[in-house]
Amino acid sequence: MSFFKPNFRHPESPKNTLGLTTRAYEGGISTLCAGCGHDSISAAIMQAVWGLNIEPHRIAKMSGIGCSSKSPNYFLNKAHGFNSVHGRMPSVTTGANVANRELLYIGVSGDGDTASIGMGQFAHVIRRNLNMMYLVENNGCYGLTKGQDSATADAGSKNKKGRINPFESIDLVALALDLGATFVARSFSGDKEQLIPLMQAAMTHKGFALIDIVSPCVTFNNHAGSTKSYDYTRDHVQAGSVVDFVPVAQEITLDQIQGSTQNVELHNGDSVRLSKLSKDYDPTDRGHAIRTLLEHKAQDKLMTGLIYIEPESDNFHDTLNIPKTPLNSLKEDVLCPGKSALTSINEGLR
Amino acid sequence: MKATDISNPEYFHKVVDCQHACPAHTPVPEYIRLIGQHRYSDAYMVNWESNVFPGVLGRTCDRPCEPACRRGRVDEEPVAICRLKRVAADNKDDADVTARMPSIPTQKNGKKIALIGAGPASLTVARDLMPLGYEVDLYDENPKGGGFMRSQIPSFRLPESVLDQEVDYVLDMGVTRHFNHRVESIKSILDQAYDAVFVGTGAPKGKDLRIPGREDADANIHIGINWLENVAFEHVDKIGDKVVIVGGGNTAMDCCRTAKRIGGSDVNVTVRSTYEAMKASPWEKDDTLAEGIPILANHSPREFILEDGKLAAMTFNIVESSYDETGKRTIKETGEIVTIECTDAIMAIGQDNAFPWIERDVGIEFGEWDMPVVNKNTFQSTNKKVFFGGDAAFGPENIITAVAHGHQAAISIDLFLNGESVSDARPAPGTNLVSTKMGIHQWAYDSAVIDDDRQASAHLPVEQALLSRKVESELGFSLDVAFTEAERCLNCDVQTVFMEEKCIECDGCTDICPTNCITFTHNDDEGNLRDKLTAPSLNKDQDLYVSSDLPTGRVMVKDEDVCLHCGLCAERCPTSAWDMQKFLYTVTKAGNEPAPILVEQAGQNKKQEQAA
Repeated sequence: MSFFKPNFRHPESPKNTLGLTTRAYEGGISTLCAGCGHDSISAAIMQAVWGLNIEPHRIAKMSGIGCSSKSPNYFLNKAHGFNSVHGRMPSVTTGANVANRELLYIGVSGDGDTASIGMGQFAHVIRRNLNMMYLVENNGCYGLTKGQDSATADAGSKNKKGRINPFESIDLVALALDLGATFVARSFSGDKEQLIPLMQAAMTHKGFALIDIVSPCVTFNNHAGSTKSYDYTRDHVQAGSVVDFVPVAQEITLDQIQGSTQNVELHNGDSVRLSKLSKDYDPTDRGHAIRTLLEHKAQDKLMTGLIYIEPESDNFHDTLNIPKTPLNSLKEDVLCPGKSALTSINEGLR
Repeated sequence: MKATDISNPEYFHKVVDCQHACPAHTPVPEYIRLIGQHRYSDAYMVNWESNVFPGVLGRTCDRPCEPACRRGRVDEEPVAICRLKRVAADNKDDADVTARMPSIPTQKNGKKIALIGAGPASLTVARDLMPLGYEVDLYDENPKGGGFMRSQIPSFRLPESVLDQEVDYVLDMGVTRHFNHRVESIKSILDQAYDAVFVGTGAPKGKDLRIPGREDADANIHIGINWLENVAFEHVDKIGDKVVIVGGGNTAMDCCRTAKRIGGSDVNVTVRSTYEAMKASPWEKDDTLAEGIPILANHSPREFILEDGKLAAMTFNIVESSYDETGKRTIKETGEIVTIECTDAIMAIGQDNAFPWIERDVGIEFGEWDMPVVNKNTFQSTNKKVFFGGDAAFGPENIITAVAHGHQAAISIDLFLNGESVSDARPAPGTNLVSTKMGIHQWAYDSAVIDDDRQASAHLPVEQALLSRKVESELGFSLDVAFTEAERCLNCDVQTVFMEEKCIECDGCTDICPTNCITFTHNDDEGNLRDKLTAPSLNKDQDLYVSSDLPTGRVMVKDEDVCLHCGLCAERCPTSAWDMQKFLYTVTKAGNEPAPILVEQAGQNKKQEQAA
């Protein structure tokens, strides 16, 4: 068994504008099961960050507990990271984000960490519109404890031993839409062509960005009867919109994609270009998004792609008026403005 | 593209770059692994079966394998394949190796063959035909066998004992020696009752330089290859103190280093080309410089200067080389003239074939450059009984090419004497492809890729090396160093075999591959497919490995070019759609017997299967 990846790389690996190859974005060799969807997601994160020309040390990887939450060890080794308590990744990220809003926060969570123990935290971090990318590596089972059904396992799906799940599943995308999330997407670990631009758009989005990613558990949930297997997902996936992330520097040539396209400009001028399968689909209309999602579900289809986006919104920092400068860079005169400032505050309270 | 047919042995053969580049197709990774396991005799025999002179080649080979080595494409330098071969030869158990020599039938098959010239080509023919029961007569003008390996390569590079041992392995099979017997007429051979004749007489004529003063200074001007031969057979044992060598090939390097050892105190090599464009192998240039011999580039010989009727100096035009876009070289004189004092001058500017001893009315047709017309695959001349090989066939090459010719010529002779077609009945290569899987994520080869740099071979201190022309100057690898170097081998013969019916397209292999070799995409023609690869496709000569259609309608495309054979794709595959399978390719020799290593490994497979 190999514990280390060889140090040699392709001699002509492409470089991003920082002059870095994807090697600078790699992590340790994965100890997850061979074929785990989470590894594909890690690879997609590396490529997405590399493609955005972000230096690895400008990223903070946040996670809780579970197979998904150990995966930050397998990408971006030069980034900051916090492997926190089970289900508590959102509050730790909130704290970190308040202390230093210059970093880009990638939260990696799983269906257990989000939809079971972390449900409360998940709901509140959406409500607060914290500026982060929240990834759910969703495999419908508790892989780390031998594959019990999780809260996202679909009603009627079978576990590895053949038992049928009697309970209704939680649809994280629907929930996020309902709670007012400003960027909601769903994808599949086996479709990097869709996943990478989605991640790039999510990382560029100012505010809370959720990507719910179906990530098959090869060991416990990749059999016939599972609704989170590679085969089932491929058979039932329907991309509501094919996404392309277009940096501001790149000229938009609409003729590259056939069919109906729509551009949504992000806060910094970058844009998300959607090539829609249905002409009527409007991802900036929350009500429409919810309806379409439910229609797909009723037809047993898994709707993927960018489901909803609200490009301009007040995020947590705006709402709480948090200083732009990270706390560790604030000088003493700002942190402790002196007697006259105190006096004027006291005067105001009289 | 059509799905790759991996049952065609040539596909994986091409992936093993070193073996593919070797004229004799020696299974390089196979013997390097054996060296890594300290199985030196086994490593030696794998070599010996294929190239007959591992000890000689481990010191003197032109190393076509090393520039081809995949490691050179991902690391700074390739594996030191040549010097590892020497490790096998130097550390083998002589008794064990002797015991493993093929048995020679006492009952002969009644066919008699004459080999003219006792160099590597002829000896290879003898080595292949003796075990089949042929009677072989070997003719050479010198008192000992070895040909140019003995006369051209100085003993400080190739000790006589090493050469003797390997020549004797062949001669001791019962070859009838006709040494000190210069064949002056091929008719005299054809008139005897030989069933076939093999000509392996090399390219024995050294080129001369016709510039003013050449005739008058003749006593102190030597032709490189003749002079080396005279030194080797001890007809010459000294030279004047100031020696100029003209020429920039390996013969020039041998001449200067020999001169330095037998009296030349002030030795200079002069070459018309630039230092970079010299024909000598880089390592031979290094060894020359290390012995304090200057290599003077851009020196074009102008005149021999005599004093009192004796050679006193040479003058040179200083020239400049320039290249046009097509890489064509033009050499222009700068007008500067340089004089170098010398007591002796050695011409090492190339060698030619010469066949004054072949009468032109014996049915052997001669073509361009007065070279015999020889078939490139069968080595048969237009006289069906006469075969050529080595430098005699197509002009000066090297030892390993001569060996490869010898094997092929032996096949032809055997087919010819059995009444079969020499072109159509040639045997297919022997191959074996077997999984190296030992358990979950465990392989029967050392899959980890180490970072070590190419190891340097130890040399004697120069003062000591220069004391005698018979002391080997290079000491080779110690066993520890050899192990490190052996571990640098990427095991390119352990192939990544893809079974599409098992693949669930989870991308595990694509994500882990350190060199981005694997891409899943929609099929296309080769050019478009190469453009769609995850990493740029740099070597268009290396074929793409393309699967048939997968359930999503895509195909797996692997660019073999910089694959590290680290096995990570197979380790990260949940369904074992990738497997690491060891591929052995052996050139089948005369008599159509599978190579012993193939027999041994096929036997192991069978045992494994039975155990399973």
